[in-house]
Amino acid sequence: MAWLDKAWLDTALEALTAFFLVAGALITFISSFGMVHLRDFYLRMHGPAKATTLGVGLILVACTLYFVLIERTFHIQLLLVTIFLLITAPISAHLLAKVALHQKLPSDTSTTGAPSELREEDVAQEPDTPHPEDPGSGQRP
Amino acid sequence: MIGIALWISFFLVAMAIVLNAYRLLVGPSLPDRIIALDTMYVNSIALIILYTIWLSTRVYFEGALLIAMLGFISTVAVCKYLLRGDIIE
Repeated sequence: MAWLDKAWLDTALEALTAFFLVAGALITFISSFGMVHLRDFYLRMHGPAKATTLGVGLILVACTLYFVLIERTFHIQLLLVTIFLLITAPISAHLLAKVALHQKLPSDTSTTGAPSELREEDVAQEPDTPHPEDPGSGQRP
Repeated sequence: MIGIALWISFFLVAMAIVLNAYRLLVGPSLPDRIIALDTMYVNSIALIILYTIWLSTRVYFEGALLIAMLGFISTVAVCKYLLRGDIIE
């Protein structure tokens, strides 16, 4: 790749690599901080499920750019790791949410609404007037 | 420029792993601990990639790929165990 041998291109690649490195590490740190800081499990799941993929993806992009910078070669393996993480992170988050609903973990008090797994079941009440074709039901003790 | 950025990234990712370890040890429920382990392996991939940049070698790429695959499989296995009481039915 001879067209890459330019001085300003080296500077630009270096700046891009440094920017992607710091941005990815910052997003990774923020997602882990959210996992410690937030109040219940359903809130804590947001950090790892969303931000970690972006943070590690940015670091992997920075590594790809770094090897373009020093070796003038393009490695596809790191993009494979990124694609794999992009595919698998929603699946594991979905399974973890299913586990949390299965164990009926408590949610924060300011949470409004609930999925059908956590709601009270609707149970029909006994009618006030007995059914005309079933007179025995009105005389239960 | 990359050297300074590398040091900042090492510090931030290491602090992220420390926070994950806190949630892994303290976490009040079992899914909390599982998601702490899940985040920890993703952060360890980031740490391995930073080490790769630090050494300027390509030796550890396969290691990152292996950690990604095995970590996902172990998370799914533990979740299946908690959901169904069995892993392979």
